[in-house]
Amino acid sequence: MSNIVEVIGVDVEMAGRLVLSDVDFHLEAGEFAGLIGSNGSGKTTLLRLMLGLLTPTRGEVRWPSDALAQRRVGYVPQKVNLDVDVPLRVRDFVALGEDGHRYGLRRRPRSTWQRVDDVLESVEGAALAERRIGALSGGELQRVLLAHALVSRPELLLLDEPLANLDPGATQDIVELLARVRDREGVAVLLSAHDINSLIGVMDRVVYIANAHVASGRTNEVVRPDVLSALYGHHVDVVRVHGRVLVVTGDANDEAWPSHPELVVE
Amino acid sequence: MLHWLVEPGLWSNSAVHLGAAVGVVVAAVSAWVGLFTVLRAQSFAGHALADVAMAGGAGAGLLAWPALVGFVTGSLAGAGAMELIGVERLRQRDVATGVVLGAATGLSALFLYLVSLDSSSSGATQVILFGSLFSVSAHVLWLVLVACALLAVGVAAIGRPLLFSSVSPEAAGARGVRVARVSLSFTAVMAVTVGLSAIVLGAVLSTALLIGPPAAALRLGRGLRATGLAAAAFGTGAVLAGVVASYDSYYWWPSHRALPVSFCVVMVIVLELVVVSAVRALARRRGDG
Repeated sequence: MSNIVEVIGVDVEMAGRLVLSDVDFHLEAGEFAGLIGSNGSGKTTLLRLMLGLLTPTRGEVRWPSDALAQRRVGYVPQKVNLDVDVPLRVRDFVALGEDGHRYGLRRRPRSTWQRVDDVLESVEGAALAERRIGALSGGELQRVLLAHALVSRPELLLLDEPLANLDPGATQDIVELLARVRDREGVAVLLSAHDINSLIGVMDRVVYIANAHVASGRTNEVVRPDVLSALYGHHVDVVRVHGRVLVVTGDANDEAWPSHPELVVE
Repeated sequence: MLHWLVEPGLWSNSAVHLGAAVGVVVAAVSAWVGLFTVLRAQSFAGHALADVAMAGGAGAGLLAWPALVGFVTGSLAGAGAMELIGVERLRQRDVATGVVLGAATGLSALFLYLVSLDSSSSGATQVILFGSLFSVSAHVLWLVLVACALLAVGVAAIGRPLLFSSVSPEAAGARGVRVARVSLSFTAVMAVTVGLSAIVLGAVLSTALLIGPPAAALRLGRGLRATGLAAAAFGTGAVLAGVVASYDSYYWWPSHRALPVSFCVVMVIVLELVVVSAVRALARRRGDG
C-alpha cells in the first residue's frame, strides 16, 4: 500500500509551549486509523497541521499523491456553527462540501445535486435531505457532516472527535458506518477520539498521542505498557477486560521512565 | 378607503418618492447583507460600524462634504481597523470591535460638538444622527443605486465561500477557502451597507435595517433563499410603511409636527419582529399540543 500522508519529525510550538514534539507517522491509502489521546493532548493541532492550517515549527507533512493540494482530503471539524435558526437544508449544507470554495454566480449543476443525493444515501442519511441542519440530533448531524466531507470524493477523511457527545448506540452506529464507507469507497480514515475502545474492532492503525509525543503502529503493538510508559514518561498500565482496553496512568512523579525510545513500532 | 390610510399629497410629493426609492433599495440590500451578518454573529460589529459611520458623517459635516461620503468612508475605515486589530483570532473580534467602537464614539462626540458650533449647519447634527430621508437629492439616489448594485454582485460572488466559512470556518479553510480574505471582504461589504443605511435612518439607527429584518425572517424557519427574500420583504415593507406613517403623521395632530421617518421605520421593524416571534411561539405551542 502506498502512503497517503507522511508526518516527518514535526514540532509545533504555540504560545511558548511545545504542543507536538518530534512527531513521526504515516498513513497508508485505504486504512482506518484512530488518533487517540486525552483532551488537550494535541489531536486537533495535529489534524490542523496535516491540513496545512498550521505551520510546523520544525519538520514537514508530505502528501506523496498530492491529495491535499488537489483538495482530496475531507475534514470533519470538532465544532460547526449550527444554530437552530441557520436557514440551511441538509442538502444545501452537503453541497457546500463540493462547491463551497468556488466564487461566482454560477448555479449548481444537476450533477452536483445527484452527487449530494448519492452521498447522503451512502451514509444512510437520505431521509434527512430536506431537514434543517440546525434541527438534527447529534448522531444525525455526524452522518451529515460525514456526507459533507465525502461529497468531494476524498482519498483521506480527517475527523476531529466525531464521537464526542454521542450516546453509546450512536457511537457504535457512526463507527460501523465509517468502516462501511472505508470498505466501499476505499477512502482512508483518521479519526480522533479520547477513548480507544469504540474503535478497536475497526482500526488498522493507532496513532497514540500523549505528552506531546506520538506512537504509531498496530493496536496491539502500541497499546502496551512499555510503549505507552515511554510515551507518557512514567509508568502506565494497560488492562484488558472483556475485550475492552483501559489505559491506567499513574502520577508523573511516581516512577521515572526512560524517555521516548523508538515510538513508531512497526 | 385608500385616502383613509394615506394622505392624498403623498402621491404627488417628489421628495417622498425619492426618499422611498432610496430607502427601498438600501433596505433590500441591507436585508441580504444582514442575513450573513446575523449568521456570522457579527451584529455587534455592525452596530460598531454604525457608530464609526456617525464619526465619518460628522467629519464630513465639518468639511462640508456630502454626508453619504462621510458615512461610507467612516464605516470602511472602521472595518479596516477592526480587521487589523482582530483578524488573527476569532475571539479577539469582540475586543477589536469594542476598541474601535470606543474610539469612534469619542470622535463622534468631538465632531458633532464642532458641527454644532457652526451656526450655518443648523440641523446637521439631527441629520447625521437620525437621518432625513425626505431631503435626499436625485444624485444621491443614483449613487445609492450604483453602490447597492455593486454590493449585490459582490455578495453574490462571494456567497458560497462566505456561507461555508460562516457555518464551518475550519472545514472551509481545509477545502481551500481563504477564510481571512472572505471575512475581510464581507466586513467591507457590511461597512458600505451600514454607511448607506445611515442615509436612510441616520447613523444611530442604521443597524436596524441590517439586523431587524433578517432576525425576523430567520424566525420563519425557511431555507436560505426564502429567508433572504423574506428579510428583503420585511426591510422594504418597513421602509414603505415608515415613509407613509411619517408623512401621514403631519396631519395627525393640530400642531402639524410629523414623526421622524427613521422612528417610524424602526417601529415597523420592531412590530414585524414581535408579530413573527408571536406567530412562531403560537405555532410551536400548537405543535407541542
